[in-house]
Amino acid sequence: MNLAAQDIRHNVGRFVLTAVGIGLLLMLVLGMGGIYQGLVFEATQLVDDVGADLWVVQKNTRGPFAEVSRIPANVEYRLAAVPGVQRAQSFVAHTIQREYRGKPFRMFVQGLDWPEDNGQWLKLAAGRPLAQGHYEMIADQVLGLELGDQIPLGKDVFTVVGLTKGMASSSGDGMAFFTVRDALAVQFDVVGESARLEREARRSRAGSQDFGRVQPELLERAGGPSSTLPALATPLVSAILVKVAPGVDAASVSATVSAWPDVTVYTHEGQRQLLLRGNVDRARRQLGLFRVILVIVSTIIMALIIYTLTLDKTHDIAMLKLMGARNRVIVGLILQQALLLGALGYGIAYYIGQWLYPLFPRRVMITADDLWILAGIVVAISSLASLLGIAKALRVEPNKVLS
Amino acid sequence: MNPPPDNAPSVEATGLTKVYGSGDTEVVAMKDVSLRVERGEVVALLGPSGAGKSTLLTALGLVNPPTSGRITIGGVPVMDGERALVNLAAFRRQHLGFVFQKANLIPFLNAVQNVQVALEINDVLPRAARKRALELLEYFEVADRAHHLPDALSGGQQQRVAVARALANHPSLILADEPTAALDSARGRQVMELFRKVAHERGAGVIVVTHDQRALDVFDRVVEMEDGKVRAGHKPG
Repeated sequence: MNLAAQDIRHNVGRFVLTAVGIGLLLMLVLGMGGIYQGLVFEATQLVDDVGADLWVVQKNTRGPFAEVSRIPANVEYRLAAVPGVQRAQSFVAHTIQREYRGKPFRMFVQGLDWPEDNGQWLKLAAGRPLAQGHYEMIADQVLGLELGDQIPLGKDVFTVVGLTKGMASSSGDGMAFFTVRDALAVQFDVVGESARLEREARRSRAGSQDFGRVQPELLERAGGPSSTLPALATPLVSAILVKVAPGVDAASVSATVSAWPDVTVYTHEGQRQLLLRGNVDRARRQLGLFRVILVIVSTIIMALIIYTLTLDKTHDIAMLKLMGARNRVIVGLILQQALLLGALGYGIAYYIGQWLYPLFPRRVMITADDLWILAGIVVAISSLASLLGIAKALRVEPNKVLS
Repeated sequence: MNPPPDNAPSVEATGLTKVYGSGDTEVVAMKDVSLRVERGEVVALLGPSGAGKSTLLTALGLVNPPTSGRITIGGVPVMDGERALVNLAAFRRQHLGFVFQKANLIPFLNAVQNVQVALEINDVLPRAARKRALELLEYFEVADRAHHLPDALSGGQQQRVAVARALANHPSLILADEPTAALDSARGRQVMELFRKVAHERGAGVIVVTHDQRALDVFDRVVEMEDGKVRAGHKPG
């Protein structure tokens, strides 16, 4: 006969309520791990999904996710000429916050190197990849957009033609994919008045120089659109992504490009590690500490509950001892209840978590490893929590039954 | 542990003294008490409050060791002063049965489980323990309440289950402290007669602390205590 089970059956309502409380605490412990896994996933999914072998960025910077990286778009052509390079393409990434339908609208803008890259590699939940070089976008569902929505950004209006699911930046903003040109236009959009003032300033600067005064046509050109001025730099992008040809060692290509004085090269894994160490590490430590505190709080609460349950049974324990029950019978009664409480709490944590985590604003990913770790934690804290109750029970004198 | 000899008394206590505290706060609860109860004998322990009856009972029950004196149960020396000569928990498990004023049934176990647990504690396998527990409840005429929790039993039924539990492991000594105090006179007498029946049929010694003078004729012997000493022992009536 299992005394622990009989006691629980007798007080099933109280036991279940207690287990729900423990379960909610454990759900938070599990959720902390899930939030961390979600951070790692979101931080690295773009790097993983893009599938580039090398990331070429502005010299001495850590790449577009760690800090601002600006590199001329025409580096792409230089890289394409390096032996062993199968493809080089521009990469543009930046976060914007605008207003849409009266609400703040924040998204991570990602440029696709149209026409070579139309977003075919994206896992679309609905719609299609980009089919034209301008005015189309693919958005993540987390942004709350629907197929066919018309989004005004700058002077242009973009139509949502595809929807992805679960693609967010390391800061949790939903991603939106445009062509590189559109992404740059969105980023560097200036209003008409600013453009006119800039052109006037250029004309004024040229007019103050000799060559401007003696060559009126040059003065006229200086006041025109910047895209018509060969003296101005080509557009700047965040990085150039390189895919090496099959059979070619990425390290050898990296060694060649690293010798260039104006760029820095990272491998896919290097860029991934930069993301994890830079963006995620502090969050990981913060979540880890919070998780440890929650585990300690859970243990203390469980210990108090088990202790209280033991106090309620002091008289019965004294009776069992008077009948000659061995210590292992008494220890078993308390330890089994603690473990059952932990196991039920674990089940409740898992069940409620499955229902609740998808409602969190950021991704919560529960892995099998996390579940195993939590199971280990539950066994450990249940055993630890029962120690107080066991110590109390073992001190109960059998003659207490006479009082 | 060697089996006790068949002809040994159920219990023999010699020169038991129990002193609580020391110096100015010293209280002598029991002084030089000797008592011998034969197998099958039912003894009533009478005396006013503070006479030392419960102290004697708990000393014989191996839960409150005497300051000095010796206790032999079923022929096995178990206490020499405060020193235990055997594993007390194991000895209680195998040789002693307890009944109290309150039945002290475990509230989360039903009637049959309350008896079964005493057997399982003594290493009887669950199936055999359950069978024997049901037989005992049958014997004490509470089998129809076997699957009810203590809350659902009357006081008399609870006390009969407690007696069944006390007898489950064939103890050589049964110790009862005011077992009928919470019962009406008819139920009280019924329980006392139960003790007598068990003692005679199973050869167990029974010591009952009681204030109930109405059922003294059930006992083989009455022992009176006063101020921590045995004052007199006589046949009832």
